[in-house]
Amino acid sequence: MMDHLMALGWILIKILAITIPLILAVAFLTLAERRVIGAMQVRIGPNRVGPWGLFQPFADVIKLLMKEVILPAKSNRFLFVLAPMLTLIPALVAWAVIPFEEGMVLAQIDAGLLYVLALTSVGVYGVIIAGWASNSKYAFLGAMRSAAQIVSYEIAMGFALVGVLVAAGSLNLTEIVLGQQGGIWNWYFIPLFPLFIIYFISGVAETNRAPFDVAEGESEIVAGFHVEYSGAAFALFFLGEYANMILISLLAALMFMGGWLSPLEAVPGIEGTFLAAPSIVWLLLKTMFFLFLFLWFRATFPRYRYDQIMRLGWKVFIPITIVWILVVALFVVKQWLWWAP
Amino acid sequence: MSAITSYLKSLALLELLGGMRVTIGYFFKPKFTIMYPEEKTPKSNRFRGLLALRRYPNGEERCIACKLCEAVCPALAITIDSEQRDDGTRRTTRFDIDLFKCIFCGFCEESCPVDSIVGTDVHEYHMEERSESVITKPQLLALGDRLEQQLAADRQQDAPYR
Repeated sequence: MMDHLMALGWILIKILAITIPLILAVAFLTLAERRVIGAMQVRIGPNRVGPWGLFQPFADVIKLLMKEVILPAKSNRFLFVLAPMLTLIPALVAWAVIPFEEGMVLAQIDAGLLYVLALTSVGVYGVIIAGWASNSKYAFLGAMRSAAQIVSYEIAMGFALVGVLVAAGSLNLTEIVLGQQGGIWNWYFIPLFPLFIIYFISGVAETNRAPFDVAEGESEIVAGFHVEYSGAAFALFFLGEYANMILISLLAALMFMGGWLSPLEAVPGIEGTFLAAPSIVWLLLKTMFFLFLFLWFRATFPRYRYDQIMRLGWKVFIPITIVWILVVALFVVKQWLWWAP
Repeated sequence: MSAITSYLKSLALLELLGGMRVTIGYFFKPKFTIMYPEEKTPKSNRFRGLLALRRYPNGEERCIACKLCEAVCPALAITIDSEQRDDGTRRTTRFDIDLFKCIFCGFCEESCPVDSIVGTDVHEYHMEERSESVITKPQLLALGDRLEQQLAADRQQDAPYR
């Protein structure tokens, strides 16, 4: 009995050790987004609250939490309240299988990749339910767009991950990273380059970020699925979206960029020093690089037209991924280059 | 053939990368932002801010209650009452400007034959009660007295172009 309680308590501590830094990361990501986009628009961005504006996210959160949560009169109350939770919870639960370093993982399960893919897809239900429960045409249009888009890009993303699975021979995220040992040459983004690009672009589409943000589309449908939300409920959607961005970036780092492995691993001269050693710092740096890409995209590209999004997903990404899976499978079976015994 | 090359070009994402190069270029450029309360942009000598009433150097108020500004004001923001003073000159007894109505067009200044009503360069002001939106003659004169040097210098500078 005591043992079980101890184990439970230990798991709870681990969960807190993952979620609290994650929520802080989300807070500072919102600030980073405003500063980076500001810089790209030749202005400065928020810099007034605290040193360099570092307390801005806390001011924003406090403001949102103090605001009233308005329940529209003709909405479905139960689903309206449930929807933000349904977006946030899968975004947080998916972190259970993410390894931060060898052995530093909450749940070491063999189908980790499948689990992540399943949970990131569940997030779309929150969006659809929010759109439906709001009983508003803009929210409903946003939800429809988002559903169609996520379903389409899920396929391309899934195929890109199949490529990783074929290359690593495992669905366990730790083993996928360990399969990339032996220097930057062995990281999967080189043999799986098209899949890497497609995975990341699909990830941008999956999180409804610019240039794929038709689900929000301020200029056309106000704010899309979360028009009717305010205060803390809106904050949950926000948190979910940014947590998903971090998750996609971290997964890209794990699966294609060698996770916590050092890029200087096989460089002669520094073997054995801390620069060549695998470390969580490398993983975080790679994740930050991908997060910067998210912000960079948003500052650069105009929103895709809806039919262009569908064309890109179905007629470009899916054929390319299928072809490349076959190519990778051939390499693996024939044991060429990266898969030489 | 050109169809194939254009297809390959779009697959290589060349245009997108070109766009990203432009934005990253701006990322590192010096920023235009003025840190407002600490830094301010220079103002023109023709700046039309809060209105004020001027006096002659001998201390006599300029306004002769001709009411041209009241007539020309497109927003009907100015209200003037006048009387004949003991020395026979006409002066205002009341000169109210409703700042909620005023659109800072500067027509009053243009119409004034004695350069009495003028636009100052004050653009930072606030009021805490609704009634404070109407500024009265003593307030207008006080503002004019406070800024007289600046106002005279601005008009001096602008005189050759009038």
